[in-house]
Amino acid sequence: MMKIAKKYLTWIIPLLFLAGCSLGVLDSKGQVGKEEGALIITATLLMLIVVIPAIVMTFVFAWKYRENNEKSTYAPDWAHSVKIESFVWGVPFLIILILAIITWRSTHQLDPYKPLDSDVEPIVIEVVALDWKWLFIYPKYGIATVNHIEMPINVPIAFKITSDAPMNSFFIPRLGGQIYAMSGMQTQLHLIANEKGTFRGLSANISGQGFSDMTFTATATSDKDFKDWVNSVRQSQLRLDKVQYNKLSNKSENHPIQYFSYVEPRLFEAVIEKYMMPGKQDADRKFIIRQD
Amino acid sequence: MSSAAMDPHVEELDEHSITIFGFWIYIMSDCILFSTLFATHAVLMPNFFGGPTPKELFSMPFVLIETFLLLTSSFTYGLAMLAMHKGKSVQVINCLVITFLLGVGFISMELYEFHELITEGNGWQRSASISSFFGLVATHGFHVTLGLIWMLVLMWSVWRFDLTKQIKTRLTCLSLFWHFLDIIWICVFTVVYLMGAIAT
Amino acid sequence: MLGKLTWDSVPWDNGIVMGAVSFMAAVVIILALIVTRYGKWRYLWNEWFTTIDHKKIGIMYILVGFVMMLRGFSDAIMMRSQLAIAASAPGYLPPEHYDQVFTAHGVIMIFFVAMPLVIGLINIVVPQQIGARDVAFPFMNSLSFWLFVVGMALVNMSLAIGDFARTGWLAYPPLSGIANSPGVGVDYYIWSLQIAGIGTLMTGINFFVTIMKMRCPGMTLMRMPIFTWTALCTNILIIAAFPVLTVTLALLTLDRYLGFHFFTATAGGDQMMYVNLIWIWGHPEVYILILPAFGVFSEVVPTFSRKKLFGYTSMVYATGVITILSFSVWLHHFFTMGSGANVNAFFGIATMVIAIPTGVKIFNWLFTIYRGRLQISLPIMWTLAFLSTFTIGGMTGVLLSVPGADFLLHNSLFLIAHFHNVIIGGVVFGMFAGYSYWFPKSFGFMLDEKWGKRGFWLWVIGFYLAFMPLYALGFMGMTRRLNHYDIDTGWQPLLMVAMAGAVSIFLGIVCQIIQLYVSIRDRDLNRDLTGDPWNARTLEWSTSSPPALYNFPFTPVVDGIDAFWAEKQKNPVRPKETRPYVDIHMPRNTGAGFIMSAFALFFGFAMIWHIWWLACVGVLGILFTFIHRSFETDVDYYIPAAEIEATEKLRSYNV
Repeated sequence: MMKIAKKYLTWIIPLLFLAGCSLGVLDSKGQVGKEEGALIITATLLMLIVVIPAIVMTFVFAWKYRENNEKSTYAPDWAHSVKIESFVWGVPFLIILILAIITWRSTHQLDPYKPLDSDVEPIVIEVVALDWKWLFIYPKYGIATVNHIEMPINVPIAFKITSDAPMNSFFIPRLGGQIYAMSGMQTQLHLIANEKGTFRGLSANISGQGFSDMTFTATATSDKDFKDWVNSVRQSQLRLDKVQYNKLSNKSENHPIQYFSYVEPRLFEAVIEKYMMPGKQDADRKFIIRQD
Repeated sequence: MSSAAMDPHVEELDEHSITIFGFWIYIMSDCILFSTLFATHAVLMPNFFGGPTPKELFSMPFVLIETFLLLTSSFTYGLAMLAMHKGKSVQVINCLVITFLLGVGFISMELYEFHELITEGNGWQRSASISSFFGLVATHGFHVTLGLIWMLVLMWSVWRFDLTKQIKTRLTCLSLFWHFLDIIWICVFTVVYLMGAIAT
Repeated sequence: MLGKLTWDSVPWDNGIVMGAVSFMAAVVIILALIVTRYGKWRYLWNEWFTTIDHKKIGIMYILVGFVMMLRGFSDAIMMRSQLAIAASAPGYLPPEHYDQVFTAHGVIMIFFVAMPLVIGLINIVVPQQIGARDVAFPFMNSLSFWLFVVGMALVNMSLAIGDFARTGWLAYPPLSGIANSPGVGVDYYIWSLQIAGIGTLMTGINFFVTIMKMRCPGMTLMRMPIFTWTALCTNILIIAAFPVLTVTLALLTLDRYLGFHFFTATAGGDQMMYVNLIWIWGHPEVYILILPAFGVFSEVVPTFSRKKLFGYTSMVYATGVITILSFSVWLHHFFTMGSGANVNAFFGIATMVIAIPTGVKIFNWLFTIYRGRLQISLPIMWTLAFLSTFTIGGMTGVLLSVPGADFLLHNSLFLIAHFHNVIIGGVVFGMFAGYSYWFPKSFGFMLDEKWGKRGFWLWVIGFYLAFMPLYALGFMGMTRRLNHYDIDTGWQPLLMVAMAGAVSIFLGIVCQIIQLYVSIRDRDLNRDLTGDPWNARTLEWSTSSPPALYNFPFTPVVDGIDAFWAEKQKNPVRPKETRPYVDIHMPRNTGAGFIMSAFALFFGFAMIWHIWWLACVGVLGILFTFIHRSFETDVDYYIPAAEIEATEKLRSYNV
């Protein structure tokens, strides 16, 4: 055990805070994630200016002023020094000041609601967190998937997110930050993939029994492959109308990937509205299917 | 640390003032409890969910009478305190009885209002807006009820033991509590009923 | 008649649960048998259950805290072992059980371990440090303690009867709502926290009044020991924050029991409101825990450096600033909820501002060691471990307060590593420092250093092994509260390291238990006869160890910071007592707190299981016991001067 521990320790600690390591969120494949990752590195380096001296001083002082070291100075009543005190208030203050400026700027720049700067028209994907799977609707193409996102690289994706289940958090670690999915509300997230690949997506907020398997894949591919994929989904036998949606929204764990060639128009809005308006749902949170 | 001998009388702490101070602190924490409920009410009040608005729910003259009952009870409690300082225990009990009856009147009116709302189908299940109303107003009513029980106990104590130092301390605490509930009610009246009637 | 309670409410078929329940039952039965065998029930009732002596109440708090630490730690080791094996495999804990385990772990460690350790230490130390004989409201203190015990008892009962919440330690709705959690788990959560929380609120009021009103003559606010200062700020935070918890839990209760719509998904309820409210309590709560730990270090560092605390005034202001700021940062727990950039940036910056006073504190402790004579002993070892560990935790905390960074790290194991880094590296190390520092004061003999040091090293190494990998796992995209994961993620090796860390901490705890056993066994060899074993600085060390019931035979009078140290400098040999002793007025023990809490236990249990008649019995019982107590006249007595003289003679003979 100790051997394994030692082996890992030798690389964990240096890797923890340093740049360039191959750890998931710091090795982002999208512009948003890259900027957020860079922010982590900048902030960490800035703080290390105080943190390293503090840790070093702890050990140096403890050693130098140990009880049996008669050579060190002993000043039992020395308890105040304007110079040191202005230093200990001043340096952290300055660092936090710089960090605060960085924070103010980056928070506005990385606001998940802000559309990304790009010449390409973004693709809108509507996300519904269900018990315990993810429904993705592509309104422009009239198709939907369960537990899989396909997207072209270098095209901004505008996610509109809601939930028809307890609170979840929509997160693709390799592409950028997360945002909550809450019923009766719509949250937004803008991401972009700059490299091809298949990335893990997940819910980052406990939502019950099947939470651990509430994962999905996000595949970034070329424009052409994406169009082929859309066409292939359009061949699917499955259609997502309200009745089918009510079935899908029943609790299920480890749900397989599914493709729907048809989606009821305004389904996403209807999912939100059924929580906000009386008479749109029955006691089990199902849509009331009107006969008309 | 001085080794000078202390006057033993200094060592006797003033329990009365400590208790009153402690009770003040309790009231401060209760204040935060009510502010949380007011904040919840402010957030949830507009969420009618197709249900009625405050304007449609409340009868202002009724609530105004309720308010007067409670305000008057605060005044009569004040009279009880004056009597206490003069050491007139019978007068204290009389004033407390009046205060108690006014308080019971207030609670009965509140319960009647709740009963009406529920039978009209406007119970708390109807919407978050009404839930927040019930949450805030009933918490106040619950405090008033506890105050009434306390008042009963104190009336009996004054009758049984007369105005001892300890009972005086307790009467003072209840007085703080009672006036505090009055102030909270004025906020409830303003925020829930008046502003509710204006806003919607 | 029994509400929802049936024979099947007990999870008979769950081997792990039934094993734990049988073990707990066996321990209780054995203890009961021992007490009966030695005929100690009367002693327990008279000296402990009914006590209103702040020192004994403090000891009981800490005892319960340590026992619950074993329970919370078993949960921890279950989680670590589950995750070490659950790579593309179900492991041995299915989600419905695992989710209870992590919820119980969080609830127990915060409410029933950290809180009692902190409040216990405040109970023991604060009155002694300010030269008082007891707290302002001794009966209320006993009631607070027993209500806390009721909360603890309910959490433990959930193991055997029914189940516990599966929602995470803050029980966000709609998951904790009746539709998604129809069982009794969330109800156990609500009532145990509600009852214990009311006890805590009373403690807050009690100690605030004690510190404001009962300081000995000469002890102005700016002469108070820093531990008392931090205790004051903690109690202010309790008074201001716990009512919010009370309301939040009460509203959730109304949603669940009566169909209100405060936090429901529909009918206009607002789930975000709950998250805001619970964190308006929750963030100050972590400062409630850490401030007293800061206080402990501020006592330990000067004592063991043989030097005045550097920058006393800075320390006080830093504590005050943290207290105030702690109410302006709650939103940083959910930057990912979609508030605008302005709101997120405001709360992010407000959060990082807290790093400034905290940094000041760290440097002030360091400059206290500077030019001192550092005696290495257990309390200072914990302090040094804290200084190096907490700094890392503080840094990762500031990192998480940058919204852009938080979007990537929120709810990941990085977050888990961060708050364990500050809670273990800060609160737990602080409480261990305080425990070893004030133990001789409370019991009259020293803790064994050898076993203590073994425990120390195992804890510190275990901590780093257990939590540094979690930082890395957070960067690798691992989310908290996962029950199993895909082996391709490459997380398993690090999770095994973390498991090894947990084992090391376990061995550390074993060493600490041995330490306590060895210390008690060899107590006659390690007596503290002076009352001042560390050559310390504050008033509590001027009395005998353990102090007499009345703490101080004469109310001390002080004229500066570190009054006892100054006195020792002036008179290296303690002058003979010449003052005439006087009778001392003390409150009498009472069982009312215990009895009221017993009714509160019936009430809580009845509410959880919808046994309405029993709930009524509980409420009426509480009410009538309280009213009965208020008419008791024989609530205090005088300790005669002669008795005090005899006690003090014996003591000065020792000194």
